[in-house]
Amino acid sequence: MESAVFSEVTILRERNVLKLKEMREIGRPVVGTYCLYSPAELIVAAGAVPVCLCGTSQNPIPAAEQVLPRNLCPLIKSSYGFATTDTCPFFHFADLLVAETTCDGKKKMYELLSEYKPLHLMQLPQVQEGEGARGYWLQELYRLRDRLEETFKVEITQEKLHDAIGLLNTERRALKDLLDLCKTNPSPITGMDLLTVLHNRGFCVDKTEVIDLMERLTAELRQQIAAGESPFRPGTPRILLTGVPVGIGSDKVVRLIEECGGSVVCFESCGAYKTVPLVEEGGDPMEAIAERYLALPCSCMSPNRGRFELVERLAMEFQADGIIDLTWHGCHTYNVESYSLKRYLENRGEIPFLQVETDYSESDTEQLRLRIEAFLEILLLRPTSGRVL
Amino acid sequence: MITAGVDVGSTATKAVVFDGSVLGEALLPTGWNPWEAGLQALGSALQQAGVAQGDLRAVVGTGYGRVSLPFIDRKATEVACHARGARFLIPPTRLVIDIGGQDSKIIALNAEGSVIDFLMNDKCAAGTGRFLQAVTGVLDLSLDDLGELALGCQPAPVSSMCAVFAESEVIGLLSRGVSKGAIAAGVIESIARRIQSLARRMPPADEITFSGGLAKNRAVCLRLSEALGRPLQVPESPQMVGALGAALIGFYG
Repeated sequence: MESAVFSEVTILRERNVLKLKEMREIGRPVVGTYCLYSPAELIVAAGAVPVCLCGTSQNPIPAAEQVLPRNLCPLIKSSYGFATTDTCPFFHFADLLVAETTCDGKKKMYELLSEYKPLHLMQLPQVQEGEGARGYWLQELYRLRDRLEETFKVEITQEKLHDAIGLLNTERRALKDLLDLCKTNPSPITGMDLLTVLHNRGFCVDKTEVIDLMERLTAELRQQIAAGESPFRPGTPRILLTGVPVGIGSDKVVRLIEECGGSVVCFESCGAYKTVPLVEEGGDPMEAIAERYLALPCSCMSPNRGRFELVERLAMEFQADGIIDLTWHGCHTYNVESYSLKRYLENRGEIPFLQVETDYSESDTEQLRLRIEAFLEILLLRPTSGRVL
Repeated sequence: MITAGVDVGSTATKAVVFDGSVLGEALLPTGWNPWEAGLQALGSALQQAGVAQGDLRAVVGTGYGRVSLPFIDRKATEVACHARGARFLIPPTRLVIDIGGQDSKIIALNAEGSVIDFLMNDKCAAGTGRFLQAVTGVLDLSLDDLGELALGCQPAPVSSMCAVFAESEVIGLLSRGVSKGAIAAGVIESIARRIQSLARRMPPADEITFSGGLAKNRAVCLRLSEALGRPLQVPESPQMVGALGAALIGFYG
């Protein structure tokens, strides 16, 4: 989109590489994370800067395949390749990595990655319900707190935690306000532009800056909505995208959906709607953080009914005409769960559903285009277009 | 009104000229230039129909080459075109099975003939025409001979569906002295099982239409019909179904 605010968003990543260098020079520690389960509150409360690490590009995959099996998920290979080829500036400047045992591929990759950087691995339970899992996860949060305190020679006080929770909740509210604008029909922003915001915000060193940027973008889009402006024509099929994490570089399916005449109005995935829930303020901060993070509906959890309910609710709220479930090759949890999600949605009402399994390469672009075009044809022919569930 | 449909597939390019019924049709190998193949197929179909290109109200393109055709008025996916074509030729159709040169697809239709769901194989050529072609190469048979040889033979187990790995598996079977007929039957069996598992993911249907080049092969039809436990309807020119569907979309909208 053409706008001064959006151009600020597009250069966020490049600009923050320089800022990160400055942070290092003034002695602010940097902590790199890969996943939504990394509790950013603890990192902020330790006076460190949390940044997302690169893992959404095909480029470093051949290098990663010198060590990792080829049939592993591209996200794991890309993350590892970026690190070993030293092509992710955020990895380069990180003092510590925080990672989680989300899936089998990741946890074994982290064993290898820890040869390159100090890495703190959080043991994530595989179930969300029950005192056992909660207590286990809380212990893991305390273990991370100790590691951060020890590494950075700081004390993480209750007060610092409260402040961090407040700051990150403000960021989540700003994000939700922005995402919710796409409930407007037609959406005021393309899925590709929205993905650029979602992707780049993770590299921002200063939380207050990214909050301000998102608020200004939201204000600008509100004006567009009021003026009746949209990049889409009325009647454009509205797509909810769920499944594996996507970012710039692994945006093939988002791009294809919009090239074929659809509009991605909602990303249920990790960087977007999954991250919107707030940490409860007021109570014991560590317990509140534990509860909020363990409730994230990732396919590495079993059961993972929360995701089905979230997808259903979002499909309704965003008036989605169809749901596309994206799976990376080798991501067994999302791949198997796709069948269960399809069946769950079929039982709840009639909303067309398409699973797309692919990787970061461009080799299947035309095959995917055919599938997505055919899916959009179905949506356009449905008399109930615009109404679901 | 006269319309045309051009289906540029990975192996063959097809064109149909239509005015309420089929006036002319053409089929030729796609080769390396999909654009040229599309133009030539359209040219010969027009010639057969005795119609000038200027008299066409609409030309609709489909198939993998659809993006590269400069002379079409609009494009539609193979999914939409096969559904339309099959429904026109065999009106009760509720499920279309199309095995083409590089992909296979299963399309479910509702009672009104609208596409409600579809499944396709991955980017590899597993269980497609190209897969069979690779095997006929090793066995030194034509596709028709392979079918005839397979009839009545006990299938040898062929587990790999991959066009590349199946070739080495077949070479392994030959070196163990397994007969050509058993290998041919085994290869067809593996295609039938693959399609069966895809079809089971679709709503159950009794009226199944089989399109694409492989539908001309008697042994494939028989084995697939057995695997699905239903009779299969095969149109007279199963390879033309997509091009016909494209022409129908131009004609009826």
